[in-house]
Amino acid sequence: MTITVNGSERTIQENLTIQGLVEDLGLAPAHVVVELNRHILTQDQYSQVSLKTGDVLEIVQFVGGG
Amino acid sequence: MRIFYNETPLEIPPGITLFQLKRQLKPDADIVILNGYPLSADRLLQAEDHISLIRRGEQPSADDLEQLMAARHTPGVHQRLKSSCVGIAGIGGLGSLVAIALARVGVGQLIIADFDIVEPSNLNRQQYFIDQIGMPKVEALGDNLRRINPWTRVTAHNVKITSTNLRALFASVDVLAEAFDAADQKAFLASCFLQALPGKPLVAASGMAGFGPANTIKTCKITDNFYLCGDGSAAARPGCGLMAPRVGIVAHHQANAIVRLLLNQSPETEESTI
Repeated sequence: MTITVNGSERTIQENLTIQGLVEDLGLAPAHVVVELNRHILTQDQYSQVSLKTGDVLEIVQFVGGG
Repeated sequence: MRIFYNETPLEIPPGITLFQLKRQLKPDADIVILNGYPLSADRLLQAEDHISLIRRGEQPSADDLEQLMAARHTPGVHQRLKSSCVGIAGIGGLGSLVAIALARVGVGQLIIADFDIVEPSNLNRQQYFIDQIGMPKVEALGDNLRRINPWTRVTAHNVKITSTNLRALFASVDVLAEAFDAADQKAFLASCFLQALPGKPLVAASGMAGFGPANTIKTCKITDNFYLCGDGSAAARPGCGLMAPRVGIVAHHQANAIVRLLLNQSPETEESTI
C-alpha cells in the first residue's frame, strides 16, 4: 500500500506501525515528531498506530544541542 | 494636534518642528527619537508622532525609564508585545538568549522553566555570569532579566517539565519556545505540547553545533503551529561542541519567529499585515 511521507509517496507493507516506519527510515523513534493526517501523535502512540493506505505523514527528526 | 512625548499623549499646535519641541521640553537632550528612530536633522511634526528626548548618561526616573526604553520600539508593535506571554521550556544556550531578546523587545510576560543549576560548562554559550555558578538557572536568569527590563514579568518554575505538568505550566502562553538540549527531550516536548495545547504555536530548534556557516540556519514551518529553527543536522557530539555564535543565531531565529507570530506575521515568509 502507498502512503505519503514528507511529501513523497512510499510503498509499505500491510500493518506497518508508525514505530516500524520510523525505524525503516533509519530514524530513532525517541527523536522524532510525527504528524499523521494533520494530527500530532504522542510518542506512546507510535507502536500502537498501524498505517493505512493514503495516510499522509510529516516526520521531523531532532538532533541534540541547545 | 496630538503627539506622544515619552509615550504620553501631548496636545501641540500644528507647524511645530521636532527641534522646536526639544527646545521647549528638554533643551539638554542629545538623543532625539522620532517613531522609533534616532534623528539628527529637524523635521515638521505630524499628528500621532512618537517623540522621545534623552540626555546621554542621565539616569532617568523610574516613571520615565520604561517609556525611554520603549523609544526604540516601533510604535504600535510595542503595545502588542507588552500584552503577550511567551513560554520558554529550558533556559540553557537557546532559552536564556531567547528570554533576553524577548525581554529587550518588551514582551510583557515570560514563563521560564528549567530544573538545572548554572555550571562552569554552561558559560561558553549561556547567558549567565561566573558569580552565578551554583544558582538555579531560573533564579539567575530572573535576576539578569530584571536588570535588563524590569517591566517584563518573569514567572519562573524550577521544575523538570513532564507530560503531567506541561499543560499547567504553559496553558497561558501565546507561543512556546522549545529550548532543550537532548534530542529525545526536544521531540518529547514538541509532541506533547502540540497535542496537549492545540492551536498554540511552538517554535523549536534543531541543528546548531560547531562553527559551520551561519547561512545554513533557517526558520521552517513544519505543520500548522509548528516551526523549526536551525540547520536541521549539526548534532552536538564528541568533536563537535556547542558554541556561542551558532547557538545564538538559532536562539535569535526563534526569538524573531516568536515576535513575528505575536504580531500575526508568518515566521518564515515575507508578508505585510501591519
